[in-house]
Amino acid sequence: MRTTSPLGPRRSATVLAAAILALGVAGCGSSDSSSAAQPSPSASASANPDAGVIGIRDPWVKAADKGMTAAFGTLVNEGDSDVTLTSATTPLSPMELHEMAMKDGKMVMRQKQGGIVIKAKGTHALEPGGDHLMLMNLTKPVQAGDEVTFTLTFADGRTQQFRAVAKPFTGAQESYAPGHGEPMPGMSATPGMSMSPAS
Amino acid sequence: MTGTSPVRPVSRRGLLTGGALAVGGAVAGGATIAATRAGQSGPPAASAADATLAATVGGLVEPFHGTRQAGVATEPQAHAAFVAFTLRAGTDRAALGRMLRLLTDDAARLTRGQPALADTEAELGLLPARLTVTFGFGPGLYRAAGVDDRRPTSVADLPSFRVDRLQPAWSGGDLLVQICADDAITVAHAQRVLIKDSRPFATVRWVQQGFRRSPGVEPGGHTQRNLFGQLDGTANPRPGTPLDTALWVPDGPAWLRDSTTVVVRRISMNMETWDLLGRADRELAVGRRLDTGAPLTGTAEHDEPDFAATDADGLTVIPDFSHLTRAHVTDDRLKILRRPYNYDGAPTADGHADSGLIFASYQADIARQFLPIQRRLADRDLLNEWTTPIGSAVFAIPPGCPPDGWIGQQVLG
Repeated sequence: MRTTSPLGPRRSATVLAAAILALGVAGCGSSDSSSAAQPSPSASASANPDAGVIGIRDPWVKAADKGMTAAFGTLVNEGDSDVTLTSATTPLSPMELHEMAMKDGKMVMRQKQGGIVIKAKGTHALEPGGDHLMLMNLTKPVQAGDEVTFTLTFADGRTQQFRAVAKPFTGAQESYAPGHGEPMPGMSATPGMSMSPAS
Repeated sequence: MTGTSPVRPVSRRGLLTGGALAVGGAVAGGATIAATRAGQSGPPAASAADATLAATVGGLVEPFHGTRQAGVATEPQAHAAFVAFTLRAGTDRAALGRMLRLLTDDAARLTRGQPALADTEAELGLLPARLTVTFGFGPGLYRAAGVDDRRPTSVADLPSFRVDRLQPAWSGGDLLVQICADDAITVAHAQRVLIKDSRPFATVRWVQQGFRRSPGVEPGGHTQRNLFGQLDGTANPRPGTPLDTALWVPDGPAWLRDSTTVVVRRISMNMETWDLLGRADRELAVGRRLDTGAPLTGTAEHDEPDFAATDADGLTVIPDFSHLTRAHVTDDRLKILRRPYNYDGAPTADGHADSGLIFASYQADIARQFLPIQRRLADRDLLNEWTTPIGSAVFAIPPGCPPDGWIGQQVLG
């Protein structure tokens, strides 16, 4: 638990501070990689809004030492056409897009078929008990206060990066024991619960 | 993960939602009414009167960001929770940075009436009621971070005083989170959120919850009354230059400038023995009238006491063992800001009260300002007969931070 952060120490404190406060204050973590083959932020924002600019409002990831965890936030589509998120990746773990669904009378977690569609001018919540970005098997601990970089890939091949801060969080048990798991002692598994992270 | 993490320019396109911007903008100047968030579900307001009250109390925002932390010079709110933590072994400088970034973000959101990130009770975050969250660093935090050279010299264990009956359960602490608001639920929710995000880094050492008059009960600017019925804080430095002089470190390196310090002492007040005193004796013990708070030589609360005045028997009107005499200071550089809260625990089976004061004293320098007063009081303050210090802790209150910063960045960055 007290091992050094896999992310923090080797990254400059300045960058971290700037990044986390950008998340905290603006409630956003969306950004484009400047190196990827895609429109520059300014170009796509101004000249080509239909290209599907996805914002990530209030992104966060559940801190975990090992195994599974999940990332959450609100996807915001300012564009005039629907956008489909088909995959998410991070250097820390293989990932899947997941949903919670009722099956045989109980909530189970399963891969989201067809990706996650963010409607034009709409938002899509990734939240405990609902759709989420699943980290299947951490290669390093994600400690509280760390920042994790994610890359989203959309149906048209475009990609986008964002950073999410790691929060201590005891809910979202479905992330750890899909369909058949036991909650942590003293905690109730509430797969159906929903929350509104920072409106 | 290496140092060459992907470039992450802070994209303007990230500032997507008008809602977030509106909330941020509302924080800009002074205490403001938090913007009503359209689309928040909930039953319609029961009545216009209810809505007005919510707007004037629940929606008020105290700015979180600034060169100095809020919650010190801030007009005291009705409810407070002082939460002291003990850092876990291994919570070093880097971990403290992660912890304080998380807590700063929680505080920044909650104080502007926004739920914390991953807030499990988001609805409780919508009424800030002048919420302030103030962070204090105990001596142990500087040691754990390896930055003891940045600790203000006077932030150290106090000498023991003759009157002390300190209990470990109310003493010490590596980190203080002081939560104040005009609403008890707002304080409770903020306390829950901040403790949850602290758990990987620290354990709870003690929590002291206290109260003053509720907003609207009496006009603003009143000196608070403690549970002995005394006005408490009459001699505080006046707002403006006198207060600034007493509170804030005016210069020095970034981790000291605009910082202050706090001494938190839990003072048990013995209501049972106090009950044995007549009104005249009670006033002699303090040196002030109970009704107006005026010195025994005056007629109004803020009259200057005349310590030389004598009565028909040749005794000083204000006894030299009175609390007023022992605590009296005239130089603003030597004054302290008292910002206390009352506590009132459950009485015993015999009906004996568990009442007292969370005595919170703020000053630029504990050794220069607090200690001389405390020594005089400990030596010879008649009020000691009915009061007992049972807890004591000292913390530096580091400078504030801008919206893109975090509390502690000057110390730990």
